[in-house]
Amino acid sequence: MFLLSGILIIIVGFAIGLNPLLVVTVSAFVTGLIGHLDPVAIVSGLGKAFVDSRSIAIAWLVLPVVGLIESRVLRERAQRMIAQVHAATTGRVLLIYLIVRQVTAAFGLTTLGGHAQMVRPLIAPMAEAAAETHFGKLPDKVRYKIRAHAAGTDNIGVFFGEDIFIAIGSILLIRNVMHQQGVEVEPIDLALWAIPTAIMAFLIHGTRLLLLDRRLKREIALDAETAPVEEAGQ
Amino acid sequence: MINLEFIYVLAGLWFAAVAVTNFRDRSNPRRYKSALFWGIYAVTFLFGSYLPPFVNGCLVLVMVAAAGIGHLGQGKPNTTSPAEREAGAARWGNLLFVPVLTIPAVTVAGALLLKYVVIDGKPLVDPKQVTLVSLGLGVIIALIVGLAILRPRLLTPVTEGRRLMDSVGWAAVLPQMLAALGALFAAAGVGKVISEIVLSVVPADNSFGIVASFTVSMALFTMIMGNAFAAFPIMAVGIGLPLIVLQLHGNPIIMAAVGMLSGFCGTLMTPMAANFNIVPAALLELPDRYGVIKVQIPTGILLLIANTVLMYFTVFRY
Repeated sequence: MFLLSGILIIIVGFAIGLNPLLVVTVSAFVTGLIGHLDPVAIVSGLGKAFVDSRSIAIAWLVLPVVGLIESRVLRERAQRMIAQVHAATTGRVLLIYLIVRQVTAAFGLTTLGGHAQMVRPLIAPMAEAAAETHFGKLPDKVRYKIRAHAAGTDNIGVFFGEDIFIAIGSILLIRNVMHQQGVEVEPIDLALWAIPTAIMAFLIHGTRLLLLDRRLKREIALDAETAPVEEAGQ
Repeated sequence: MINLEFIYVLAGLWFAAVAVTNFRDRSNPRRYKSALFWGIYAVTFLFGSYLPPFVNGCLVLVMVAAAGIGHLGQGKPNTTSPAEREAGAARWGNLLFVPVLTIPAVTVAGALLLKYVVIDGKPLVDPKQVTLVSLGLGVIIALIVGLAILRPRLLTPVTEGRRLMDSVGWAAVLPQMLAALGALFAAAGVGKVISEIVLSVVPADNSFGIVASFTVSMALFTMIMGNAFAAFPIMAVGIGLPLIVLQLHGNPIIMAAVGMLSGFCGTLMTPMAANFNIVPAALLELPDRYGVIKVQIPTGILLLIANTVLMYFTVFRY
């Protein structure tokens, strides 16, 4: 049971916001000491496991290519394409973004989207504008809900798209953890088995987005009913 | 025979370039520390295979100290201006996507075809590492294609890539450290303790119960730690491999792939994953800092259930 204290260190260390690299190293030392390894053996074990896990860092090799293209407009191009979409409702704007985000992430373009780069400057305003053309001025509550959904759609799109790309950290991490336990798995097979979940994520979240329009309508109607009452009470 | 060492050298050269550009960048307030961090990282790639494990371990400790005590600095490299990029968007159009799509195209083609390339009775590429070697080739070819189409200065990929690398910072090393920790946990017997706990709750022959305990604990541990990468080595060594794969003869690929994605469902539902869930709430000026998490929870729960069912129906069949 004491062996689990290493896990406890990770949980507490991450929770209080210490640097995760530091937390992981301390956890490794404590677990090793409890498991009766001497310090030299722990450092050696860490060194060996770290060097054996280098294949995970292959994901970073892609950055010079992405950086080159990005500096030459990739993001502007993507923003232009998305801005040209004339989707009628909030739900449909977000649904289209969900598709774009999942598909581009599946090709390794995870840096194309993101909250600072895409959601705040483009997706959230577009989703709000679509609601405004239907309902006029939006109550704050509704406006915040739309923004929250814009951010959520970005997260869900990238999480359940990126694993279809082979050179992504999670796929390489899986391959390595399995390799160290003596089980060989091919990154390409792992990527293929990320597809069913990607489809289910699209169906589940896509349905929620389409239902969102109706919910917004209801909330706005409710807000319009209650608002005058508040005024009368003043 | 080309094997992973080829990729390691490639990555080592890349990290060395990041170290050198940081070292020479006076706009980075902590340029020596950044250079030290990336320089040592480069050494583990270029020479890690030949150094004794203890030396490698010491290098890791120095890196952790450099990143963990205080911060790494970030320079302000010259990048293109919005106006230049707008002009570029008009000029190159969708041609821009070609270099980026080259990477997955070459990787998949290489993974499928390179296996059959034999020279003097020996395979050209180590058959076990075909995908990753193809990926390395894909990056090189994509760079050449990109340089040919865009004709920037030759060093532009380095300066622009380094800008992205610096914004990732020490987090770039975290997945590798977590994998190393997983290996150490396994060696110390942590996995065994966890599987005993699971078996004390779920009967060993209840395959649905075992699968559900794996997917749900992946999500829960991810919520606690804010990181599916941290949860995976622990849960794979504790439940996935010993119980689903070894005992119930499940497919390791499906166990691992769907297990990791169950962890991602947890990421949607936790404030610990601040980058994804708390930062955007601030960025979008939401009064409720949990606003984003709240709209993600229904998708997170439904998808976790869907993943559990998916794994149960596929992992013992394929």
